[in-house]
Amino acid sequence: MKKPVLKRLMKYTKPYLPFLMGALISAVISVSLTLYGPILIGHAVDHIIAQGNVDFPGMVPILVTLFFTIVISAAFQWLMSYCNNQAVYRTVRDLRMRTYRKINRLPLRYIDSHAHGDMISRIVNDVDQVADGLLQGFTKLFTGVVTIVGTLVFMLTISPVITVVVVLVTPLSMFVAAFIAKLTHKQFVEQQATQGELSGYIEEMLGGQKIVKTFHYEKRAENQFGEINQRLYNCGVKAQFYSALSNPSTRFVNGLVYTSVAVMGSICAVTGRPGPLTVGQISSFLAYANQYTKPFNEITGVITQIQTAFASAQRLFHFLDEEEELPDAPDAEVLQDCEGNVEVKDLFFSYRPDAKLIQNLNLSARRGERIAIVGPTGCGKTTIINLLMRFYDADSGTIRVDGKDIRGLTQSSLRGAFGMVLQDTWLFTGTVRDNIAYGRDHAGEEEIVAAARAAHAHSFIQRLPKGYDTMISEDGGNLSQGQRQLLCIARVMLVDPPILILDEATSSIDTRTEIKVQKAFDEMMKGRTSFIVAHRLSTIREADLILVMNHGSVVEQGTHEELLARNGFYANLYNSQFAAADADENP
Amino acid sequence: MLKLARYLKRYRVQVIVGPVFKLLEAIFELIVPVITAQMIDNGVRKGNVPYIWHMGGILLLLGVIGLCSALVCQKLASIASQGFGTVLRNEMYRHINTFSHAEIDRFGTPSLITRITNDVNQLQYAVAMLIRLVIRAPFLAVGAMVMAIILDWKLGMIFLIATPLIALVLYLVMSRSVPYFRVMQKKLDRISLVSREGLSGVRVIRAFSKQNMEEKRFDEAANDQTETAVRVSKLSALLNPLTYVIMNFSVIAIIWMGGGRVNTGEMTQGEVIAFVNYMSQTLLALIVVADLVVTFTKAAASASRVNEVLETQPSVLETAKVPVTPVPGAPKIEFSGVSFSYDGADSDHYALQNIQFSARPGETIGIIGGTGSGKSTLVNLIPRFYDVTQGKVLIDGVDVRDYSFEELRTKVGVVPQEASLFTGTIADNLRWADENAGEEQLMHSLKIAQAYDFVAELPQGLESPVNQGGKNFSGGQKQRLTIARALVSNPEILILDDSASALDFATDAALRRALRAETGGMTVLIVSQRVSAVRQADQILVLDDGAIAGIGTHAQLLESCEVYREICLSQLSRDEVEKK
Repeated sequence: MKKPVLKRLMKYTKPYLPFLMGALISAVISVSLTLYGPILIGHAVDHIIAQGNVDFPGMVPILVTLFFTIVISAAFQWLMSYCNNQAVYRTVRDLRMRTYRKINRLPLRYIDSHAHGDMISRIVNDVDQVADGLLQGFTKLFTGVVTIVGTLVFMLTISPVITVVVVLVTPLSMFVAAFIAKLTHKQFVEQQATQGELSGYIEEMLGGQKIVKTFHYEKRAENQFGEINQRLYNCGVKAQFYSALSNPSTRFVNGLVYTSVAVMGSICAVTGRPGPLTVGQISSFLAYANQYTKPFNEITGVITQIQTAFASAQRLFHFLDEEEELPDAPDAEVLQDCEGNVEVKDLFFSYRPDAKLIQNLNLSARRGERIAIVGPTGCGKTTIINLLMRFYDADSGTIRVDGKDIRGLTQSSLRGAFGMVLQDTWLFTGTVRDNIAYGRDHAGEEEIVAAARAAHAHSFIQRLPKGYDTMISEDGGNLSQGQRQLLCIARVMLVDPPILILDEATSSIDTRTEIKVQKAFDEMMKGRTSFIVAHRLSTIREADLILVMNHGSVVEQGTHEELLARNGFYANLYNSQFAAADADENP
Repeated sequence: MLKLARYLKRYRVQVIVGPVFKLLEAIFELIVPVITAQMIDNGVRKGNVPYIWHMGGILLLLGVIGLCSALVCQKLASIASQGFGTVLRNEMYRHINTFSHAEIDRFGTPSLITRITNDVNQLQYAVAMLIRLVIRAPFLAVGAMVMAIILDWKLGMIFLIATPLIALVLYLVMSRSVPYFRVMQKKLDRISLVSREGLSGVRVIRAFSKQNMEEKRFDEAANDQTETAVRVSKLSALLNPLTYVIMNFSVIAIIWMGGGRVNTGEMTQGEVIAFVNYMSQTLLALIVVADLVVTFTKAAASASRVNEVLETQPSVLETAKVPVTPVPGAPKIEFSGVSFSYDGADSDHYALQNIQFSARPGETIGIIGGTGSGKSTLVNLIPRFYDVTQGKVLIDGVDVRDYSFEELRTKVGVVPQEASLFTGTIADNLRWADENAGEEQLMHSLKIAQAYDFVAELPQGLESPVNQGGKNFSGGQKQRLTIARALVSNPEILILDDSASALDFATDAALRRALRAETGGMTVLIVSQRVSAVRQADQILVLDDGAIAGIGTHAQLLESCEVYREICLSQLSRDEVEKK
């Protein structure tokens, strides 16, 4: 369903339609009154003719009208901004929330394969662009058009002849505005690109500063930097100059209109041909002439803005149109009192049709058993996790938990049966307590502490500046990798799930904490069915079943002894470590 | 901000001449209402048509000259401001390159990037505005007032009241609403933080079925931002109507009182119209002045951020004057009573304390210990990424501080933890160490680093493109390429700072074998968390919390060092540990 962008956007403004209408009506009123001002001023000036010839009584009603015109116009100016801002900001908020909700409904297949930064940029930047451009822009466009039309109407009522003079100059002002906008745009694009190149270069070089120093590359880097910088200068001067043309040129065109009006108006006033004109009317015309090019400039500016906003809105809607995860079937069963028996039958899966991954996987894990998943780095061990927790659906075959096909279970009850501690630990900005209690709302203080103790996390949490109330900064930067993992274990401990998915740490965890993590893992695994992405040989050897993976697919499975006896990939992998060690010893 | 003025020196002419031209245009602009008044009073009132044409011609001429001088000024402003920015960027980058890691860590790379791009842009813009508007806008505002007073000083009093009043309204509204923009940015940052967490934690969120709670968290952030935006907009929406009202009330006053002045013969009708024109000029000029104030406030903040960078002195300085002569028979590397603190000598928190060891030429030294135990810090002292706080680091018996940077860093090859490659080709990256290295030399290094096979398999081989950060290679491939890069210049000392962590055990072992076989004379330091990576070393240094917990071979340390035994047991099973 591809409705035009504008129409879809209008749907979001619907709840705020009164505000939007209010803004438009206020715009018409305030613009008309603002334009009416110079006419009244002109009338008033006509009562001031010369020494001894000033009609004060005649001026009074005009000035009183002018007073109210000003006050009412100002009030509606304010009302217009108010209504417009209300409509814009609330529409934008709804659009943002809708976009965020979309993330939660997208299949992981989408999230894994798209840059997160890009999605965030849609929520933050694109939505802002839409706010600035489409919504504010349309109000500006609208007031601009009303101003032009209004000016023409008012001018026609005073003097059609001089109006014709002004209208004749109009194409010139539009041409100038459009010409400058075009020139500037081209240069800005180039400047932006060069600026991006420069930022990229600095980022790369500063990020690798250690290497720059190691190879005393400084001079060479400075030369390259200087070269990009020089190009930036070249296009920067042009871009800035062209954009700086806009103001003086506008003033010049304004001046032309002003001069023509002054000259023609004066001649009309003197000769009465082709139509009579009073001095006051000349002054009204001059006031219009002074402001005449403004709406044209605004409209040209707004049109480019609207174009960018359209592109943003399109990106946004494109994202919102992505296919969503299938919701639970209406008759989906809730998995209760899960035992932890997992059975995989004839399972086939691949991320892309042309690259086969898991083919005909069969396994069965009874309650309390340990399944170790081993293989070289990047062999796709997480695929198994993705399938078990239904982050991805299998192409064919079945996975059963307690004998029930997982596709017939509600997603939340299925996922609730699993406890997951990945190496890539995830904590959110919040207190330590909130993070531990994440999986269970309303967990009591004692339960939280008990879970932390069981995870060997209690002692280090107590040493934190504010204990359980310590705020975890973004990405948990104030905790070590191992400590973060302990918190994740505590989080799972609190939920007490029957099935576990664990990822053993390889590096970047300090030794002492690693021992704690290991102990916590061991305790947690008691009586639970566990799937472990294993790196430690002891874990592997004690497993009830080993899945050996390579290039994303399961190549062998069995116990340690069985696999060694088979003398295949696993035996090779296992021996390589000791063979290498042996070779080192006897060079 | 003034300190940065020296970078404008080269553009002295533009900075002085630019505003002069702009002033010319402004003067013409101020003359226009007077001429119009003359046109009405002498032309219309007296019915003198040629005079009207004459005056019209003058108006046109003023417009054309005004446009030309404005264009000259804009051109000069572009040259000066962009030139200033370019000089400043070059200067900053050159200065940042002299920083040691202590300074770079203190600022942080993202902050340095912002300073050299956004902050310089802000300053550049301020320079342009300085030339284009700083003279013009206040001149127009004040000039309109002065011209009015010259025309008729009694009626001019209206300007003396209206101008400050408009300025006051601008000040009040802007000083209250501008700070909110920073608040708004913070709220927007919060929105992107929640979004980022929602994406990075997508598995955990779904595992715990917490989508609703995350949506609530997001809604709170979004609502918060909206409420602030609406609140600010109510305030800033006051600006236009208020100034509009003041200006037009002044116009009413001008007409009424001006009427009186005309009636008594002290003013003409045309002059009243000129007054009305000056009034609208004043408002426009004042709005520009207010914008200028905002621009320069921002620029001042940028200037202090830029100055902070330029005024930071690098802590590691090249002091060597004379070429050094190695002491014969000295150990290749020697640490003599070395302590180091990231905060300098006054701190009581030492990252390294009293480190003492030496390595003979050709030896392999393993360094092991937990995260934060000081392993990387220790090796960073050798190529002088940091300078010791106490004690000495010696290479060939000479203090590292007595070497020139070039000599020192040619002797020492470092492969850092994070494998970073640069945009270019594989060959470009390998030639970082030695610009003139031949293809054979590159191939040889690749072979030792176990990278030859996969490079050879690439369709373009050595000329294969490398994306920024080497993103088109896997972690293990990148690590092997960075090792090869360090080997190209055949350094006397090679430091591998946990740089094989992404390699599988077999490749890691093959790499160590090749290093041993091919680089006989090279002294190699291997930093690792893996026992298997260091167990064959001639000496193993066990670090614990910044101090040496033990030095010796694998077998010796198993006997004598408790920390080492703990590390071994956490990684290997008991019989693997004891396997000889």
